[in-house]
Amino acid sequence: MSWWPILVAGVGCYLLKLAGLSVPASVLERPLVQRIAGLIPVALLSALVAVQVFTDDKRIVLDERAAGLAAAVVLLLLRAPFLVVVIGAALTAALLRLV
Amino acid sequence: MNRPDRRAIVRDSLGVGIATGLYGTSFGAISVASGLSVPQTCVLSLLMFTGASQFALVGVLGAGGSGISAAATAMLMGTRNTLYGLRLAPLLGWSGGRRAGAAHLLIDESTAMSVTRESRDDARLGFLVTGGTVLLLWNLFTFLGAIGGNALGDPRDYGLDAAVGGAFLALLWPQLSKRAHQLVAVLAVAVALGLVPIAPAGVPVLAAGGVALLAGLLSKGEPS
Repeated sequence: MSWWPILVAGVGCYLLKLAGLSVPASVLERPLVQRIAGLIPVALLSALVAVQVFTDDKRIVLDERAAGLAAAVVLLLLRAPFLVVVIGAALTAALLRLV
Repeated sequence: MNRPDRRAIVRDSLGVGIATGLYGTSFGAISVASGLSVPQTCVLSLLMFTGASQFALVGVLGAGGSGISAAATAMLMGTRNTLYGLRLAPLLGWSGGRRAGAAHLLIDESTAMSVTRESRDDARLGFLVTGGTVLLLWNLFTFLGAIGGNALGDPRDYGLDAAVGGAFLALLWPQLSKRAHQLVAVLAVAVALGLVPIAPAGVPVLAAGGVALLAGLLSKGEPS
């Protein structure tokens, strides 16, 4: 894996943080900007879940990862902490692959 | 401010910092499983130091996406830290080198533990203790997760590929209580999965970011 995306995005993410602390509030405080910025993580994370779990290369697939995601949903409904959710998803998929 | 108040802030901040730092383990393991080396994984946690962006970067790279789409997705995810900074700047009141240093600690957790404080001293205390604890532990546990993940062999045998989806869902979960967010989530999934068969890897996730843009523009006037 090449280094440049790591370094570019790393420096970029730092500058985004610094910009918030440095830029006059009036520039980015408009309601539209705030609304879009609030929705971006929701859209990106939802898409990442879908792509990680339901695709293999360029195909849409349903395999053990979907069962792992279902386990994560149950654990989240039970208010389990982050690590428990992640491990639960992994264990479910791993156990199904053993059978 | 009297002592018990300050002590309570330190205690709460340490609690949040420790809980967050620990899940650096899952980032380390998932990053290595996605094809990054141990040094690359550790540099990501040190330099980028914002969990959701890091998971996004390795997620896109692991799915075979290009470096450009991976970096763009990570930075798009990092824009929310800009908004946190806007809120915190007047409260923390730092400038120059201190502001540059504080910027590195500007993440979900340090914002949450400082934005509600009534005085500048309390806000700074919550920010520094939370941010500092997460910085230390997140990097330590990233390293442990990365070497652990490396020693495991095929990550699929341990379901690490399923752990990625679980991690993203857990990050997303608290946001899904709002109806508007649920709608955006469903649309983003539809756009991403619709594009997977026809677009290069990495593009579907970025395009789903466009759903946020459209929804923000169209939902004018409604509280989001």
